[in-house]
Amino acid sequence: METFVLLTITALGLAAMYFLIASGLSLIYGLMGVLNFAHGAFLTVGAFGTWSITEHLDWIGNETLRFVVAGIFGLVAGAVLAALVELVLIRPLYRRPIEQVLVTVGLALAVTALVQGIWGPEVQPFPSPQWMRETTTILGASIPNDRFVEIAAALIVLVGLQAFLRRSRYGLIIRAGVENRAMVTALGIDVRRAFTLVFTIGGVAAALAGVLSSVYFGGVEPHRGTSLLIFAFIVVVIGGLGSIGGSAYAAVVVGLTQQYANYYASSGLGDLAVVLLLAIVLLIRPGGLTRPVVAH
Amino acid sequence: MSRALRFLAPIAVFGVLALVPLLSVDTRGLFASPLDSPGTLQLLGLCLVFGGLALTYDLLFGFTGLLSFGHALYFAIGVYVTNIAITHWGFGMWAALALTAAVGLLVPLVVGAISLRVSGIAFAMVTLAFAQAGSILVSKNPDKLTGGEEGLGLDFEPLPDFFVGVLNTKNLYWTALAYLIIVCAVAWWAVASSPGRVWQAIRENEQRVEVLGLRPFSFKLIAFVVGSFLATIGGVVYLLLIGGSTPEVTTANFTLTLLLMVVIGGTGTRWGAVIGGILYTYLDNRLLNVAGSNAVQDLPGFLRTPLSEPLFVLGVVFILIVYFFPGGLVGLSARGRRRGRRLIESAVGRSRTEEHAEAGV
Repeated sequence: METFVLLTITALGLAAMYFLIASGLSLIYGLMGVLNFAHGAFLTVGAFGTWSITEHLDWIGNETLRFVVAGIFGLVAGAVLAALVELVLIRPLYRRPIEQVLVTVGLALAVTALVQGIWGPEVQPFPSPQWMRETTTILGASIPNDRFVEIAAALIVLVGLQAFLRRSRYGLIIRAGVENRAMVTALGIDVRRAFTLVFTIGGVAAALAGVLSSVYFGGVEPHRGTSLLIFAFIVVVIGGLGSIGGSAYAAVVVGLTQQYANYYASSGLGDLAVVLLLAIVLLIRPGGLTRPVVAH
Repeated sequence: MSRALRFLAPIAVFGVLALVPLLSVDTRGLFASPLDSPGTLQLLGLCLVFGGLALTYDLLFGFTGLLSFGHALYFAIGVYVTNIAITHWGFGMWAALALTAAVGLLVPLVVGAISLRVSGIAFAMVTLAFAQAGSILVSKNPDKLTGGEEGLGLDFEPLPDFFVGVLNTKNLYWTALAYLIIVCAVAWWAVASSPGRVWQAIRENEQRVEVLGLRPFSFKLIAFVVGSFLATIGGVVYLLLIGGSTPEVTTANFTLTLLLMVVIGGTGTRWGAVIGGILYTYLDNRLLNVAGSNAVQDLPGFLRTPLSEPLFVLGVVFILIVYFFPGGLVGLSARGRRRGRRLIESAVGRSRTEEHAEAGV
């Protein structure tokens, strides 16, 4: 029972990070039709931004406050990078979606290489506050506290994003754009501003995932963005492209499958089980879980 | 005249390439050692293998319009299955090759049949996921077969003497050249054959192909299996050339570098992918040496750090090419530019029809 609780909460912590990456990917794809390979780079920049500013923040006595300030710096770094990428690199290529994907691929490789060039390829220890590394006992299981932080962060982002999409004017434009971009443009609304906004939101969420994953894995590493991105892609496809709610469900399913298979079957089988899950979902529902079944 | 040129140009090019190991020219600056030294021949052999491998990728991406992010898997099958069969299971060379061929046909058939149920970007992600499964399998090192992160050295004992030893590097070079010639021959022939014409029609407009009464699925599956199987053969040649298997060849980044090669050279053209693959591999290796040279080491830090990372330089070059030379290197000629523009228009047209199809859901 303890193991089961520990596994489940750890899986939800992992799912939280998948969701943070996948939500941005899914929105960007849904609205703009761009598969953003540079999303992993936003994550890496968020993580390394937080990590590298922390050593300059010795003057903040409180450990948690220092972590929060450093984290906000990381999020801003991710947001600025994402907005710049959209404005400078993606914008001139509107109406050329294949080339947009190619540019994000080049960017992902270049940014990862640059980060590796500056800080080296090894894992660097990440200074998370003491209380996050301690454990809380729930139903007899000792759960590392950072898992709760990850889950809470993902829930806040989920609720915030849904509220933003449902209640605000920009949210309305984004939702309408995901449904039918041509129609929104025809109604005289400039969808391009929504593009930059969606990229920035995605960048912040990915950077947040970067900070949290550094806590989860206990260190920062240039290639983590790429490896997490692949699972986020799987989450996006299983959840249905363009659906935030679908990404949330799929993230939980993928996280649980991975952890249970890793523990109850054999270590390393979890990742394979996730790929198998993807294959099954595609065979039964090619449009993902949240889309109606359509013949292709 | 032009037909004769199409026929004679490859013969001339491959003929010159075949003579390279016999030339003892000092090429300092271009290579670290003379042209016929084992080190240089190994690098040149690698360039040729990647020239061929890039063309197998272009068969999917440039000619059929399938954006796969999982091509590394099929290359890795060649690199790993052959090695495991020989080194761990004591297979002879031919038995190992037969096993590799069987796996190299079966896996793309199954994976292709599943992932071709979706198209466009979803297809890209699904192929990526399957390749990732292969990559995880290799790094988990089941039964100590793959050697995990360390990789697995090839046991040369059961191989014919032809391939063994530093002095025989020239034979490996010729094997790599033979691989490139085979890939070129198969690819050019396939593209000109009648299924090949359907591939290009699918790239231009899949719905129209369907309306004509053809099933795009089977044609795409053929392209997927042919491209993947040729990549598996490339993996075997790579294994002989390097003398072992390392997990880098299984990663998603490996497939992304193939995409870089094809786009840098020029997609959907006769020579583009080959030139891109050769040039990329050469630069990737030589840029490391340039980074270690005094000229770069004396630069201030903010210039030195980016220049020491070949992948950063190549990634930036790639982005610039996508912006300013959409037809790639072969597109630099006026004819190529027109062709490149047409390819892009067709790519845009394709995604537009996809958008409409999605909007209709």
